[in-house]
Amino acid sequence: MADQKYIDEVTGIETTGHEWDGIRELNNPLPNWWRWILYASIVWAFGYWIAYPAWPLISSHTTGLLGYSSRAEVGKEISKAKERQKVHLVKLEKASLEDIRTDPELLEFALAGGRSAYNVNCSQCHGSGAQGFAGFPNLNDDEWLWGGTIKDIHFTISHGIRNTEDDEARSSAMPAFLKDETLNKQQVNDVAEFVISLSKTGGDAPAAARGKSLYAEHCVACHGPDGGGKAEFGAPALNNGIWLYGGDKGTIVHTIANSRSGVMPAWGRILEPVTIKKLAVYIHSLGGGK
Amino acid sequence: MNETSVSPGIDRIDVEAVNKKETRSLYKKRVKIHPKRVQGTFRALKWWIMMVTLGIYYVTPWIRWDRGPGAADQAVLIDIPGRRFYFFFIEIWPQEFYYIAGLLIMAGVGLFFVTSLVGRGWCGYACPQTVWTDLFIYVERWIEGDRGARIRLDKAAFSVSKLSRRVLKFALWLMISVATGGAWVFYYADAPTLMVQLVTLEAPSIAYTTIAVLTFTTFSLGGLMREQVCTYMCPWPRIQGAMMDEDSLTVTYRDDRGERRDAYKKGESWEGRGDCVDCNQCVAACPMGIDIRDGQQLECITCALCIDACDTVMNRVGRPTGLIAYASVAGEHRRREGEPAGLRLFRVRTIAYLALWAAIGIGMLVALVSRADLDINVLRDRNPLYVTLSDGSIRNGYTFKILNKAREKRTLILTLEGLAGSRLKVVGAEDAEETAAPFFSAEPDRLHSFRLFISAPGEYLRREATAIRFILTDLESGSRAHYDSIFRGPKQ
Repeated sequence: MADQKYIDEVTGIETTGHEWDGIRELNNPLPNWWRWILYASIVWAFGYWIAYPAWPLISSHTTGLLGYSSRAEVGKEISKAKERQKVHLVKLEKASLEDIRTDPELLEFALAGGRSAYNVNCSQCHGSGAQGFAGFPNLNDDEWLWGGTIKDIHFTISHGIRNTEDDEARSSAMPAFLKDETLNKQQVNDVAEFVISLSKTGGDAPAAARGKSLYAEHCVACHGPDGGGKAEFGAPALNNGIWLYGGDKGTIVHTIANSRSGVMPAWGRILEPVTIKKLAVYIHSLGGGK
Repeated sequence: MNETSVSPGIDRIDVEAVNKKETRSLYKKRVKIHPKRVQGTFRALKWWIMMVTLGIYYVTPWIRWDRGPGAADQAVLIDIPGRRFYFFFIEIWPQEFYYIAGLLIMAGVGLFFVTSLVGRGWCGYACPQTVWTDLFIYVERWIEGDRGARIRLDKAAFSVSKLSRRVLKFALWLMISVATGGAWVFYYADAPTLMVQLVTLEAPSIAYTTIAVLTFTTFSLGGLMREQVCTYMCPWPRIQGAMMDEDSLTVTYRDDRGERRDAYKKGESWEGRGDCVDCNQCVAACPMGIDIRDGQQLECITCALCIDACDTVMNRVGRPTGLIAYASVAGEHRRREGEPAGLRLFRVRTIAYLALWAAIGIGMLVALVSRADLDINVLRDRNPLYVTLSDGSIRNGYTFKILNKAREKRTLILTLEGLAGSRLKVVGAEDAEETAAPFFSAEPDRLHSFRLFISAPGEYLRREATAIRFILTDLESGSRAHYDSIFRGPKQ
């Protein structure tokens, strides 16, 4: 809303007519160079609208005469990356697991691919650093429930653990000693004390002594005479400091009483064979591979 | 308007300073100026500096420097894809970018030093804007003639002759601008190779874009905008004023000698009047279009062409030169008191600037010469912090990077200090078994990245975090690099 225009005494320029608390504004012309650049950008804009995607329509948009699309650009970049990777992928598909481990160039590519496939598929259960959680094994250490050679790891990833859809999935069943009423509460406690005594000193010695005979009767078949574990049953070693579900007495009692049966997907039914190879090489290289 | 003949050969030129107080206005259109040709000491100095600076700029990318097979053979090269900066025998990795920062600081301090000595010497002699504008004015004068001829050409009606002269001038300006842009991109790629690519239209598009941008800027800044860059765009004039003191030399009109100014005819007496014959040659010669007789002003870039112009006239009328001269404020005061003006070059300020400049330069040189060509960086795994192994030992994972800045392949051995009973295993090393000191080879001029596992028996760890030191030794030369880190274990 323009009010009265004044002429400024100092410069002789007319004011715009607006006034804010007595402050007025001189109405000077826009610089020519500024105006012409504005006109040029307007012309440019029209040209741009014709050439490039610009205006939204109801359920689509104007695509422009040049046919440019940023989505297509991304598609092109992905194809280019895939082309570059193809060279290595072809070699990986042909090479055996041992070959990959010994060839530095293949190894580098497999590790990089394995790391990214791990982050997408495996980190949800096994953790972002492969450190695992209660019930999900730590893949960095050198204890392997089902064997730590690269072939074993490859098989485990491919066929899964106790997977109902894959016939070749690894499987075993630990009895639930208290639930099945094979042992009573006291006996479960004794076995737990014995198991703890395998890796730590200072527990309840008489209970451990009682547990030892119970262990020999019920547990040796799968877990081995010295608690060393047996890979064919997926039975963990009980004589070290590594516990899948927890090494405190309460958890061990719970394990013996109610049994455990962890599961893992059969990734061979979901991922490509070359990806399984990369994953196997990667997991094996985390430090505990045998 | 009237041209009074002051003496045979000296005409009063009809010209007015562009920033005269009476006609000055913020919204006035730019008044085109046509600097007149002068001859003299400072003009010769400016030509000389122009040839040296332009010569360095255009020629340097073509200088060769042999660094061995497979390496870049250009003496000065900023290899952005390869992440290296080459300067003759110096090679800088991106981690050492602080040398460039040091050079920039030296450039700044050097500028302060020069300014405190001779005022806006940078502006008048060495600044790229001055040098290229000077060059473009030279081309303009070559094609269109000196000041008078150019003014007449501007006023002349359109004709074939006028058009052809303009076109030729713009063509030459364009050629110089393209060469300027071209020289710029040659610093970033191998010059002979890129030259061939540019001509056969196979160069990367960024090269063409850069040349186009620099052509545009050189043409418009040097050909069209000229003195407006210095007056309106550049921040240096505002800063330089703060770096001068009463002893800094600057272009000074000695008004006690020059006033009262008046026209002069041969044979007249010099009594009762000043030496200034009001010929306006100083205004006509000024590339900024100002009148130095109004005193030092923002627009004056102290190029001293007015000194040359006035000295020429003073010689012709038989008066001593130096009516306009390089002088300092304090010196002028002393001169007017009757004492010798003197030249105080060694002041606390100038010595301090020079000392600082030299200290930074020497410091950088020492750092550069004593650089190690072997470096190691270690990143400890954060997830998991540590891993318990089945035999009860604790293991930490590390990623370590070796920088081999030498031009030969090296065999290196890694040892660890601070952790008793530790075993090291490098993923991908020549011997992939656990050992106390793994060794591996490093390619020349490359960075290698390895994964390293360190295991230590659990009972040896007294603390949650133990300080350790990695030492990398070159088996042949014996040079060592070390890195301090920690080894973590469970809570004690």
